[in-house]
Amino acid sequence: MSKMKKLMGASLVALMTAGVNAEDIAITGGTAFTDGGKGKVENATVLIHDGKIQSVSAGGEVPAGYRTVAADGKWVTVGFMVSGTTLGLMEVSLSGNINDSRASKTANGKGLEVGYAFNPASTLIPNTRIEGVTRAVTGFAGSKDMWLGQSAVIALAGDDMIVAPHVALSVDMDEGAANSNFGSRAGLWDAVITTLENARPADEEAGKDDDKKAKKPKYDSGKAALDRVMKGEMPLLVEVERKADILQTIALKKRFGIDVIITSGAEAWMVADELAAAGIPVVMDPTRDLPEDFDSLGNTGAAAARLHAAGVKVAFVGPDTHNARLVVQNAGNAVAMGMPWDAAVDAISKNPAEIFGVADSYGTLTPGKDADVVVWDGDPLEVMSSPDAVFIRGEEVPLVSRQTKLRDRYKDITRAPAYRK
Amino acid sequence: MTKVSRQPSWLRSGLAVTAIGIMLSACQPGGEQGDHVEINKDPFPSSYTPLTSKPTLITNVTILDGKGGRIDGGSILLQDGDIKAVGQSIEAPAGAEVIDGAGRWVTPGIIDTHSHLGVYPSPGVQSHSDGNEVGEPVTADAWVEHSNWPQDPGYVRAAAGGITALQLLPGSANLVGGRSVTLKNVPGRVAQDMKFPGAPYGMKMACGENPKRVYGNGKNSPEFRPHTRMGNVAGYRQAWADAQDYQRAWDKYERDYQAGKDVLPPKRDLNLETLAGVLNGEILVHMHCYRADDMGTMLDVMKEFGYKITSFHHAVEAYKIADRLAEDGVCSSMWADWYGFKMEAYDGIRENIPLVEKAGACAIVHSDSDMGIQRLNQEAAKALADGRKIGIDISKEEAWKWLSLNPAKALGIADKVGTIEVGKDADIVLWSGDPYSVYTKADKTFVDGAVVFDRHDKSRQPVMDFELGQPGEGDVK
Repeated sequence: MSKMKKLMGASLVALMTAGVNAEDIAITGGTAFTDGGKGKVENATVLIHDGKIQSVSAGGEVPAGYRTVAADGKWVTVGFMVSGTTLGLMEVSLSGNINDSRASKTANGKGLEVGYAFNPASTLIPNTRIEGVTRAVTGFAGSKDMWLGQSAVIALAGDDMIVAPHVALSVDMDEGAANSNFGSRAGLWDAVITTLENARPADEEAGKDDDKKAKKPKYDSGKAALDRVMKGEMPLLVEVERKADILQTIALKKRFGIDVIITSGAEAWMVADELAAAGIPVVMDPTRDLPEDFDSLGNTGAAAARLHAAGVKVAFVGPDTHNARLVVQNAGNAVAMGMPWDAAVDAISKNPAEIFGVADSYGTLTPGKDADVVVWDGDPLEVMSSPDAVFIRGEEVPLVSRQTKLRDRYKDITRAPAYRK
Repeated sequence: MTKVSRQPSWLRSGLAVTAIGIMLSACQPGGEQGDHVEINKDPFPSSYTPLTSKPTLITNVTILDGKGGRIDGGSILLQDGDIKAVGQSIEAPAGAEVIDGAGRWVTPGIIDTHSHLGVYPSPGVQSHSDGNEVGEPVTADAWVEHSNWPQDPGYVRAAAGGITALQLLPGSANLVGGRSVTLKNVPGRVAQDMKFPGAPYGMKMACGENPKRVYGNGKNSPEFRPHTRMGNVAGYRQAWADAQDYQRAWDKYERDYQAGKDVLPPKRDLNLETLAGVLNGEILVHMHCYRADDMGTMLDVMKEFGYKITSFHHAVEAYKIADRLAEDGVCSSMWADWYGFKMEAYDGIRENIPLVEKAGACAIVHSDSDMGIQRLNQEAAKALADGRKIGIDISKEEAWKWLSLNPAKALGIADKVGTIEVGKDADIVLWSGDPYSVYTKADKTFVDGAVVFDRHDKSRQPVMDFELGQPGEGDVK
């Protein structure tokens, strides 16, 4: 308990001094995993300097001027990443007025950008980060059609939380999207393929004697998003479930030569070899095991293990945005269904970093990368474990949230808890 | 006046209550009184029969008895559907299957007080939405067992998660959604095959946002209230007042008949029959309620009309009034960490369950989900860990009450299940290890001594009718 108090005190100091001169920190004595679930270092000294990982070494010395955080007997990992949320775009999903993640009246679904709607003050962000999840893909859950805008990667603390504003253009191509937009998959695929065909870079020859060429093009954010995809700057994130649709998605990637990520992917495991060969990663909830509809009959809890075994890069989501933090429990359940432990940890750290293009700055405890580090009181994937300390981009965040404040207010019930004790 | 049909008092006791079907007693020729009308309270009787089983002895196993006790390296004997013996060492009877439980754990089967399996089954297609009788706000005449599709693959997944019994509830669109039913988690050809023999009926009620949203937006039935929380409460109170009136009419019929008068019974009203059954203490109330103030109001409505709320459900703010819930003896069926998806769930905290336990109130871990029901042991584990982290000292032995004994009490079946005690139904789970670990799976789930799910034996992994001939048939789930 006294250690906890010490940590808490230190966090407050860290919070107050947050800014240009980030604190030098040494996390000592824990068992660290430097490379996702691999790169185990016993009695590790993790040095954080200028917000970055400086080094990780067994029994390394703590340089003068570094604040030491004792992690003896504890587990130290990179802060985890959840690969599909609406964090910062929604406070109360159903009955709290606006939900910016549901752009239900927006016709230009392709052009949507997280930045215009993002709320860094959302209480969901502290609720999530104090459970050891320090990065998230956030994006839109609806528009007028199947195009769900451009997702972003956020860091869950600090200024400028949006670290990558355009990590994928999202398109919903599951049974529900086909039904609500066109009444048939045939209509949906035709529409998406037509859009992509029309977004191919203009043929230089054809444009030569076009005298309209001089005319100033209209600003079109949707076109800009498609251009990013066609130029290979941003992948297309395709939500598909059925095996046949997944095979069509592989064909789509080949036809346009673009980067594709599959999300949901209930029956992706059935074509795991083809996905591996095509270099298409899968973002998924590894616990789905029910035939939810005629799209997802092949759901099985063994899917993540099978995809991984076939060489498909896998990343995980949590059950919903409020409980995006449970992506860690999901990873544990993937292990219970046969996935190797280190692969499951990869699926919530280095894999999503690579899939969403932020691996140069996040995903492993590699010197030079952002210091997202979590000290756990046990195996992080275990449901009875939780963080004792969380660092995001080198700043220690206090383990405080609106939820912990409610808890502390009512822990010992009084007549009028709203008064300060 | 010579009447044959004087019913024994035990048969008359709940006259005004429940159900469909009428028993007419014989009328002697020449009598001046008409037939005495008796209402059949069990028109859809359980046709449950246990699956075949053989005596099973599990040895050398860690046993949590569900009452707070633990035996390390213990043994448990299941025979003739019951728990025959529990102890450190038990002699195997002739012909018994002996399972070496080294490294494994045995617990009472998990009982979920809040499920919509069969009612909103998988696949969740349009046709399968059978949980909310939207149209008018008090539908106590709807019985959820008539919506239960026993072919829901979710039942099998739940068995794989150690669920041995569960309560099906109607949804929360209505102030009074209808009757619940308690099931043994075994496959059935018809819904009655799953009904827990002798379990009392429950009734679903709902506080707060859902009823007022369903009716308040004017889309469903604009002629109906409620539109507000105060309208909700007006609706419950008028329903109880109507049920009292109905009960009085039946009481009067009974008095008059006993006095020899030639009287006709009141017209049956299936809605009021169920509500009167609650007032008579025969039907248990399960009330969906999130906010502390909503629960506080309902505790007073309960006292005003003299009925009992067995359990609040969801109860995300139970921690704010845990002392009052303890005082009134009302259970809370809760999630470990769901919150925020609507305004009344915004104040949910991860320590809700341990704080309710700490206050001495009855805490239950429930699912309300076809996914959550597969891992309720993990939900208890999270709640336990979150409680410990703030200094609430609860043992794994005690915490299992949240999963079996407390729900059994809330469902009125604690005399038969919920703990490992000699003579109780052999509804137990053999876990691959400590059930508070994410890596642990149910190796075998037993209901009445029969294996209903076995992780290592394909023949004990039921494939539901819907799954036949489909992708994924018979796959590992």
